[in-house]
Amino acid sequence: MAKELWKGNEAVAEAAIKAGCRFFFGYPITPQNEIPEYMSLRLPQVGGCFLQAESEVAAINMVYGAAGAGARVMTSSSSPGISLKQEGITYIAAAELPCVIVNMVRGGPGLGGIQPAQSDYFQATKGGGHGDYRIVVLAPDSIQEAANLVQEAFDIADQYRNPVMILGDGMIGQMMEPVEFTEVKKRQLPEKTWATTGLRGRKEHNVVNSLFIDPAVCEKHNQKLFAKYAEIEKNEIKVEEYNLEGAEIVFAAYGTVARIVKNAIKALENEGIKAGLIRPITLWPFPKANFYKAAEMPNVKAFLSVEMSMGQMVEDVEISVKGKKPVYFYGRTGGMVPTPKAIVEEAKKILGGAK
Amino acid sequence: MTHQIIMAGFGGQGVMSMGRILAEAGLKEGKNVSWLPSYGPEMRGGTANCSVIISDEPVGAPTVTEATAAIVMNRPSLDKFEKDVLPGGHLFINSSLIDRKATREDINVYYIPANEIADELGTGKIANMVMLGAYIKVTNAAKEETIMEYIEEIFSGKKAELIPLNKEALKRGADCIK
Amino acid sequence: MAVVFEKTKGLTDKPTHYCPGCTHGIIHRLVAESLEELGLLDKAIGVAPVGCAVFAYDYFSCDMQEAAHGRAPAVATGIKRVHPDSTVFSYQGDGDLASIGTAEIVHAAMRGEKITTIFVNNAIYGMTGGQMAPTTLVGQKATTSPLGRDADHAGMPIRISEMLATIPKAVFIERVSVHDVPNIIKAKKAIKKAFETQMKGLGFSLVEVLSTCPTNWGKTPIEALKWLKENMIPYYPVQNFRTPEEVK
Repeated sequence: MAKELWKGNEAVAEAAIKAGCRFFFGYPITPQNEIPEYMSLRLPQVGGCFLQAESEVAAINMVYGAAGAGARVMTSSSSPGISLKQEGITYIAAAELPCVIVNMVRGGPGLGGIQPAQSDYFQATKGGGHGDYRIVVLAPDSIQEAANLVQEAFDIADQYRNPVMILGDGMIGQMMEPVEFTEVKKRQLPEKTWATTGLRGRKEHNVVNSLFIDPAVCEKHNQKLFAKYAEIEKNEIKVEEYNLEGAEIVFAAYGTVARIVKNAIKALENEGIKAGLIRPITLWPFPKANFYKAAEMPNVKAFLSVEMSMGQMVEDVEISVKGKKPVYFYGRTGGMVPTPKAIVEEAKKILGGAK
Repeated sequence: MTHQIIMAGFGGQGVMSMGRILAEAGLKEGKNVSWLPSYGPEMRGGTANCSVIISDEPVGAPTVTEATAAIVMNRPSLDKFEKDVLPGGHLFINSSLIDRKATREDINVYYIPANEIADELGTGKIANMVMLGAYIKVTNAAKEETIMEYIEEIFSGKKAELIPLNKEALKRGADCIK
Repeated sequence: MAVVFEKTKGLTDKPTHYCPGCTHGIIHRLVAESLEELGLLDKAIGVAPVGCAVFAYDYFSCDMQEAAHGRAPAVATGIKRVHPDSTVFSYQGDGDLASIGTAEIVHAAMRGEKITTIFVNNAIYGMTGGQMAPTTLVGQKATTSPLGRDADHAGMPIRISEMLATIPKAVFIERVSVHDVPNIIKAKKAIKKAFETQMKGLGFSLVEVLSTCPTNWGKTPIEALKWLKENMIPYYPVQNFRTPEEVK
């Protein structure tokens, strides 16, 4: 298949359909509206069901019901809407249901703005809802990668019976880039013997539940969840290392910002400064080892986390680097996008100080 | 070679579709491309803009803060984006609607009476294609034939009658470049 | 020995946690018997609420999902859209349905979701310890209305069946009570009709069941039944609001 120009939101929706997603429940919010719009047209064509819910709260609970019933199901929203979905997300994680949630992040807090941001990093990777749980968070940097990751997200969700979030931003949602929908390698997936399908001859009833009223049982359940998360951390980390060899400064950036950083790296190189990048593709599990390894490289003087936030992922970088090298932060927020020039200036300032 | 273009104007001037057409043509020519729109309420009647990148290398930042060229369709767009053109870059001004000259002296400026030409062709709506014709004549970011190839794809059936009009608009725009 | 009575297959053997005199047990049985008698147990999927019936998933023998507070109609919607041939029901109390879950129930009804909701109205929050519910009667004492519900302060109790009966696709709506045997028999008839409405694909169906809470009302079970009859029924009339022609 030849490459075609696709808008990010529509590519995400089409990728979901290609991955076998047949149910979508959502609610309008900018800048992700093309996802529900596309689904409302396409899902009926493939025998699926699109439903516009009365709220994000209802939408995520429809996802809970459909996932519990054994379907491949997705919802999408943007920051304020994702806050509303957090109730459902913790229930889905607790009940160990697979689903895919897309967040095309916009500036916050509060109603914030509608321009691209990365200020939902904490919410996505550190819980979001209440209780001890984790969701897998995938952060594409291009429309092609978004299309690939969405397809894989459904497999990851099914394999581990866990929600997977695609964390994009307004740019990923709104821009157009060439996409080739390639078959993502299919995984061996367990059968959904736990799904509520109606007994249909089965002897024991299936129960989808997140209530464990006995604290000992609840603790045991949480320990089981965390054994699963350990497995995910072992198997599912995705990361891009770029230009690390000989780098004096290593950037940390994800999503579209990583691409802006790559421009900055080229500009620095033109000035004779070697810089590299570690781009986490999975924000949870976080590629801690890659950062630690880079911190041990003698050529690396410092790390600089560049984000469209006031500094969120930088905390994970600090945890990973374990104090071996200084970690700095540069960010724009509220919907403002960092420029390569500003990043170059920041890096030079740090290296000037580090020398 | 990397072309980093900002296109801007009022909502309804066809700024977004001009960018899309250029990106599609770039893709047809085997280049790496991206098209990033401004979005939200400003799209509905206010100033709209998009950034297009056409490059032989993989596209880095999809945002354009240092433009190799800017196409401005109205005065607010000129005021906003003139400063973003790289020294030696190109600025295309829709002189039908913009009453001032560029202030920069380190860039190449082209004044295109796009709306007047479009009106002569029978519809003001085609002003964007006039501008695009001028732009590709100067920069060679995409070939006219490739753009027409894409135009022919999207204007099928009843709309096919618009194909010659688009071709003529591109040509008239190019003719403005001496 | 001849079997004269058998527990319905629609319920598990698990002893319920309900207080003595609580009518949830009766309502569970009516729902389970209705499913069994209609031959729907094998394809039924229930959704339990948050509230006193939170453990309903342990008591019904069909497949069950436990929903977040108030969200059962949304969860049921998700299930029904995946398995349209299943019989999907939500079982919700008044706090769950008439307070935190109003948006979900109204919109499930508006869409005409082909699900059945069993709405248990006992005019109080039972599980959390007797707080005022949206259905608590004016003057009725609760732990968050210690002097009795004041209509000027807390408004008037909400009549869900009347409200939902204004929605075109809410095609079966009936309020019943379980305070005595004749009413229990009527309640079961209504529940069966509601399931029939669903299985004929006619639209949304809801049975509001007036129920007691002796513990939080501070009454004996018998006093509670009497209180229901004398106080709840005058405000919440037991009646059918809507029945589609096809199940009459």
